[in-house]
Amino acid sequence: MNTLKINGNDVNLVSPIMLADLLLMKNYNPEKIAIELNGKIVPKKEYRNVTIGNLDSLEIVSFVGGG
Amino acid sequence: MKIIINGTETETLYRTAMQLHNALFSDTDVIVLNGYQISDDAELNENDQIYFGKKNVFPNMKELKMIMSARDSPFVHDKLKGATVGIAGLGGLGSNIAAMLARSGIGHLVIADFDTVEPTNLNRQNYYVNNIGMKKTDSTEEILFQINPFIEITKYFTKIDENNVFDIFGKCDVVCEAFDSPFAKAMLINALLEKCPKIMIISGSGMGGYEDSNLIKTKMRIKRLYVCGDEINEAAKGMGLMAPRVSICAGHMANAVIRILIGSMR
Repeated sequence: MNTLKINGNDVNLVSPIMLADLLLMKNYNPEKIAIELNGKIVPKKEYRNVTIGNLDSLEIVSFVGGG
Repeated sequence: MKIIINGTETETLYRTAMQLHNALFSDTDVIVLNGYQISDDAELNENDQIYFGKKNVFPNMKELKMIMSARDSPFVHDKLKGATVGIAGLGGLGSNIAAMLARSGIGHLVIADFDTVEPTNLNRQNYYVNNIGMKKTDSTEEILFQINPFIEITKYFTKIDENNVFDIFGKCDVVCEAFDSPFAKAMLINALLEKCPKIMIISGSGMGGYEDSNLIKTKMRIKRLYVCGDEINEAAKGMGLMAPRVSICAGHMANAVIRILIGSMR
């Protein structure tokens, strides 16, 4: 079965969803992450324009403070 | 057989390092063969680089330059010498990365920070009491020149934002993200990923407290972005940053820089 992959883990979507909404649902703060969708960087300003479906593969890198 | 003795290409008939030492350099007490200090005898081969030196003798600048390059592995030296590496932020990660890369023989460092050295920095950052109150860019430059006088340094005493990233780091081969704030980290990395398609990025994320050292890893998380750290333990109240884990993470980042430049990073 085709499912969305987030950082290698299967996530089954009932229907396609806006990337910004998916981030909200999964508790990601959009100001602390970088995203690759199917091997391509998603610019921050595109988070509200990109739709994610069950064939997609997302890598979401969350940064934690300290340095 | 042609070998390089103390920086000069030389024709020699001697077959081993000790034969050469005993014949021509018997007053020296340090032998470095192909970037590795030896105490036992070793066979010499075509194109080997050998250095003979004296302990406890202060070298002049020309000698120092030759000695320092003799200590680098020959194959590695040219690649690192020709590289430009950016360091964004000169706190616990950045100040330590800068020192390690200067020691390793990186030719050109681009360093950027907007802050000055405070007493609270000394628990983990590569500064000293006499640096307190100085710009971190100036202090770092001073320390780097003490480590390696032959390094080229470009410094920016400024806050980095989306608009100046390209001007500051556009010519770098690799950029180390060494900020404190997760928002600043994300801003810089997104800007570099979007605007600088040829630059490799190394980010430090998760090195707070005194958790297990072995949790800190180097991972390629997305194309052109390596993340070093445990990706979990952030600096927080009751779990501040401490020298060992910050230095371990800085070591991961500096080694990732070297591996990328040499071409051994997958």
